[in-house]
Amino acid sequence: MAEFWNGYLLPGILILAQILVLVVPLLLAVAYLTLMERKVLAAMQLRMGPNVVGPFGLFQPWADAVKLMFKEPILPTGANKVVFVIAPMITFILALIAWAVIPLGTGLVIANINVGILYLFAISSLGVYGIIMAGWASNSRYAFLGALRSSAQMVSYEVSMGFVIITVLLLVGSLNLGHIVEAQHGGFWKWHWVPLFPMFIVFFISALAETNRHPFDLPEAEAELVAGYQVEYSSMSFALFFLGEYANMILMSAMTAILFMGGWLPPFEFGPTAGVLGALWGFFWFFLKIFVLLFVFIWIRATLPRYRYDQLMRIGWKVFLPLSLIYLVIVAGFVTYWPR
Amino acid sequence: MDALLREYLPILIFLGLAIGLAAVMGLVPFITARQKPDPEKLSTYECGFEPFSDSRKQFDVRFYLVAILFIIFDLEVAFLFPWAISLGEIGPFGFWSMMVFLGVLTVGFVYEWKKGALEWE
Amino acid sequence: MIVQAIAFYLFAAVTVGSAFLVITAKNPVHSVLFLILAFFNAAALFVLMGAEFIAMILVIVYVGAVAVLFLFVVMMLDINFVELRQGFQQYLPFGLLIGAILLVELILILAGSIAAPDALAPAASPAPSLDQVTNTHALGAVLYTKYIYLFQGAGLVLLVAMIGAIVLTHRKREGVKKQDSFAQFARRREEAVELKKVEPGQGIQ
Repeated sequence: MAEFWNGYLLPGILILAQILVLVVPLLLAVAYLTLMERKVLAAMQLRMGPNVVGPFGLFQPWADAVKLMFKEPILPTGANKVVFVIAPMITFILALIAWAVIPLGTGLVIANINVGILYLFAISSLGVYGIIMAGWASNSRYAFLGALRSSAQMVSYEVSMGFVIITVLLLVGSLNLGHIVEAQHGGFWKWHWVPLFPMFIVFFISALAETNRHPFDLPEAEAELVAGYQVEYSSMSFALFFLGEYANMILMSAMTAILFMGGWLPPFEFGPTAGVLGALWGFFWFFLKIFVLLFVFIWIRATLPRYRYDQLMRIGWKVFLPLSLIYLVIVAGFVTYWPR
Repeated sequence: MDALLREYLPILIFLGLAIGLAAVMGLVPFITARQKPDPEKLSTYECGFEPFSDSRKQFDVRFYLVAILFIIFDLEVAFLFPWAISLGEIGPFGFWSMMVFLGVLTVGFVYEWKKGALEWE
Repeated sequence: MIVQAIAFYLFAAVTVGSAFLVITAKNPVHSVLFLILAFFNAAALFVLMGAEFIAMILVIVYVGAVAVLFLFVVMMLDINFVELRQGFQQYLPFGLLIGAILLVELILILAGSIAAPDALAPAASPAPSLDQVTNTHALGAVLYTKYIYLFQGAGLVLLVAMIGAIVLTHRKREGVKKQDSFAQFARRREEAVELKKVEPGQGIQ
């Protein structure tokens, strides 16, 4: 009995506790990201934003959650019921489990696997499934067209994203996310965004397209497709899509921070590096970077108009793909002939 | 080997937790919310019209072409991953080996560009 | 160890079960979804063997790309399911033949491994232990140098696939006005507008 307790149950409970410590704040962050988006957009358009529920509208996400919880779930007659219900869950599950490999500090990671970046790449390439399944199962023209557009769009930007990740790996020599951050030690001019600046930009724009955010929100395009693949969804099924999309935004920001902006490393070599204080110091910088990137996500939404579909595909295939391929060859040449 | 698997166990538990959470969140409104089905409410949204035909129709073959080209480039990226992290050990020979590979695929890329396979109108 | 065994039987059972459902499901879309589930569990089995790189590539390439194409084809191609079933009898002999060939191959491999257990061991390149080298490194160390011909052969196969896909599916549309963005960006003010001074009452030629 004691062996069972020490060998299986205790480690199991520890892992579960770690996961909950990560997931609960993550879900809170997602909820408050929706509020932040509304507040920032409002400020940029000289409005107040939500300000009725609680001080400065701080309880707005809770009110939204309660409302969605008691909305009537609708299963359309023509829909394929099982797939229709599962599709939003898949989007949400994928957005959550990617966080298992994100390191929050030296060794502070739930699953420290050797192929961390491949795992993230795999999870993000699965993102199309929630959308295709929703679009097909709804049996509605708008949902179908939205899903079609969206999957072609995500797939196109996935390619250049892959090449960009390769350029980072060339400088690091490991697929482990912790090693990728450690390789950027020594101040912000050692972070990968300096030598790989064009790739940093390509990656961020691809991240916008991958998360179906403005200016690449064609799958939703409320003016022409009435919210695309989400059109038939109501209640918590809709909320799961919504939460998944925002969790993906945070995930993409975290990925950008890890690959190009030194993860949890401070911009100058100062502050504590070891112990609890060091971990908190790392958290602070990591979250600050994620926060800044999320602000840019929202800022772009407030500033740029939507792209046309042919422009979107042209940028993906004819600009980003050749550009990242050429840059990859250049970086590889440097790594081979002038190793650091 | 054991150490490797020990790192994957949390992912499995995480997956289980996420599935549970998603299922609870997705199914709760079926219990909490009042359901009053009605044929009009459950019909497909089509701006007030009755749908003329099934919505799952054939569509432009270009979407298939994009999917096929994506598979090919995805495989290319898959070949690049081990190369990128072991380039320091395999040196110039490994570098030029990959350049030939990329060159061959660039020929294909130029072909599709010239053929207009990447164009949308 | 016991967790590992439980995980193996779980993944193996789901793989076999969903593979069975792939061929029995009535709706082809459900078939593809079960196929994806089978791929996933196969990837998990690879992880249990310590082949984490192959497991991730399996998910990226097969689930993330190939199955998307399958879904595109079965979801959106307007297939008449009744008509599809009528062809079933006609193709049955071919299906049985291919199944029989695969079965014979599997039996040969199994028999070979029982008769001569050492023959199947990778004698030429002993894989380094997982504790020293990750399997991505081990792969990278030999794939591009030692197996360069096979590697370049793979590149040529991909080239053929790319050209084949374009030849088979690309259609030039007639009578459509196309945008040429690069030409549009390259246009200068001098080519586009001309300023003329117009005298009152004389118009312009």
